[in-house]
Amino acid sequence: MKEKTPFLKRPGVQTALASLLCAVLGILIGFIVLLLMNPAHAAEGMWAILKNFFKYSNNTKNLMYYFGSTLVKSVPVILCAEAILFAYKAGLFNIGAAGQYTVGILACVYTAVALHWNWFFALLAAIVAGAVWGLLGGIVKAFFNVNEVIAGIMLNWIGLYLTNIVLGRETVMDTTKSETYEIVKVNPSGTLPGFLQGLFGGNQYMTIAIPLAVIIAILIKIVLNKTTFGYELKATGYNKEAARYAGMNAKRNIVLTLVISGAISGLAAGSYYLTGIEHFKIASSVPGMGFNGIAVAFLGGLDPIGAIVAGLFVEYITLGGQYLNTNYFNPQVADLMVSIIIYLCGFVLFIKHIFNKNKASVGAVNANAVTDADAAANEAAKSAIEKTKTPDTGAEKEV
Amino acid sequence: MLLLLQYTLIFSSVLILVALGGMFSERSGIINLGLEGIMVFGAMAGAMVMVLLPESTPKAVLIILTLAASAIMGMLASLFIAVACINFKADQTLIGTAVNMLATASVTVIVKAFNTKRSGGTDFSAKLDYVSGHNKFVFNAGKLQLSWFIIVAAVLLVCATVLFYKTKFALRLRACGEHPQAADSVGINVFKMRYAGVLMSGFLAGIGGIIYIAAANSTWHFNYGVAGAGFLALAVMIFGQWKPERIAWAAVLFAIFKSLSNVYMGIGFLSALPITGTVYNMFPYIVSLLVLVFTSGKSRAPKAEGIPYDKGSR
Repeated sequence: MKEKTPFLKRPGVQTALASLLCAVLGILIGFIVLLLMNPAHAAEGMWAILKNFFKYSNNTKNLMYYFGSTLVKSVPVILCAEAILFAYKAGLFNIGAAGQYTVGILACVYTAVALHWNWFFALLAAIVAGAVWGLLGGIVKAFFNVNEVIAGIMLNWIGLYLTNIVLGRETVMDTTKSETYEIVKVNPSGTLPGFLQGLFGGNQYMTIAIPLAVIIAILIKIVLNKTTFGYELKATGYNKEAARYAGMNAKRNIVLTLVISGAISGLAAGSYYLTGIEHFKIASSVPGMGFNGIAVAFLGGLDPIGAIVAGLFVEYITLGGQYLNTNYFNPQVADLMVSIIIYLCGFVLFIKHIFNKNKASVGAVNANAVTDADAAANEAAKSAIEKTKTPDTGAEKEV
Repeated sequence: MLLLLQYTLIFSSVLILVALGGMFSERSGIINLGLEGIMVFGAMAGAMVMVLLPESTPKAVLIILTLAASAIMGMLASLFIAVACINFKADQTLIGTAVNMLATASVTVIVKAFNTKRSGGTDFSAKLDYVSGHNKFVFNAGKLQLSWFIIVAAVLLVCATVLFYKTKFALRLRACGEHPQAADSVGINVFKMRYAGVLMSGFLAGIGGIIYIAAANSTWHFNYGVAGAGFLALAVMIFGQWKPERIAWAAVLFAIFKSLSNVYMGIGFLSALPITGTVYNMFPYIVSLLVLVFTSGKSRAPKAEGIPYDKGSR
């Protein structure tokens, strides 16, 4: 750590450093896991994960093709992360993103395969479905005081079973393969238009979803930082009561936040499944995309642009699992590494605290600024939780 | 109908134990969203013990060792939450989610590695079979096939209720969840109490985990985790208003709905209805959401839950 440079004291830089530290530590612990499983081949395994698609570096076409695939697969997780961080800025932990993503799959696959809708309307259907799922969560949160985490989890499972029922029909599900029909074959107009496919080794899954994800990230950044609406959302997140006192409609903001967050999650599903790279199979557990989105959002320092970088990194590691030699390891080791990294993200606050302790003597003013930001984040978490409680009664009462 | 009763008993044992775990943790001030993950860890440890013990192991020894392994593993797993949330003041929701992911991923890795090694590289599945262990837990009461797990759950429920209402320890624990600064001012060690709360949740959720996978099944695919049972238990806990006796009733109610999805085929008039099993699967979640909608208005959660304890703050 180089000290005494003002650059290092900026909150943004510190967040980036803390996230980087989490990633490195996660990879290190992953390496230890590999060592425990098979000491002789651990280094080779780690190298396979890290080297990833650069394995094809002698063949530019293949290299670009697999690079493209990584990009395509990063899009949904990045968008889910955007959805989650957007809600988190407003003090809401949208764990329901996983369910909103799932009903997004339901809507876009059903409309594209069974109803032969054009890609634009199928994508729109996914967005609307996600938004509706977000709306349900928002209503029970705002008007019935249900904790959004619990409501989100319940809605995740309801969404999953609903999707299983609808997409399990014979009009959508190819029963011989037990997965949904290929959109390209049934309804060519249902897939998203291509994007720079030639550059990426003719990767047919490269679609406008990629620039779209970047645009959404920038839009969120602008909305959060430059608009009155974004300011209101953040104010509601920091302190709901104060926001209400200042004349903001907290309930409306809660519902609106979750609707927008749900719409982005739905878009994530649409921008992945409408490329045709993935087909839906009857699932017994909620797709992990929404949960990985939480990891990416936090790893990206809860910044819309940071989430893009973090999403690419997480997907890089996850896909790296496929390059492991299955004789020695199983690909889930990569998932384990990702989950260790997200666990470590919980310590980011602490890591930043350490950074600032070391530099307290150098730049007290800047350090304070960071502490204030942290305090604000804490406050946001607190108020999110306090919303679920009523003020009176004490524990000793019922003794 | 008998089958429905059996399943209801099993599911309510699971939900009671895990929800009680959640209750102790939240009463001490730590939101434990990682219950699901702790259950997965506990389930794996218990299943491993059942797989590894020789067939000739006496019943009592097997039962005690299995439960002990699950409970200890659950407590170890809950340390992930305790250390991060109590010592390092991490975001409790994030850590809980992380522990859930960590649990499924690491248990899948462990079981797969275990199977690969044991089979000499032919079996790469994340599945454990423990038929003989499962059978040792079963006993018959008249026509009803019961499991020792249910007895264990009932005993633990009684212990937890007595502990919760009749001891000085529980009163102190609850004070830490309501107003940690006040508790600290009268000499209660808030950190210790919160550790106790989280470890108790680990103990109970670990046992809940092994009951969930072993009471009605003799084989389990660990890549599925425990399919949301931990979250269901959280809903039970909220519906039970953070009180043991209410949690017990809430758990039975939820268990009936959960069991219906498993046994509706065997019940004449239900299987005649044009409803698929998937719809029954949705029931417990829909019911719990509705229940939360109607009960959360006057929800009485511990006041200080979710807030890291900071000695300096007022």
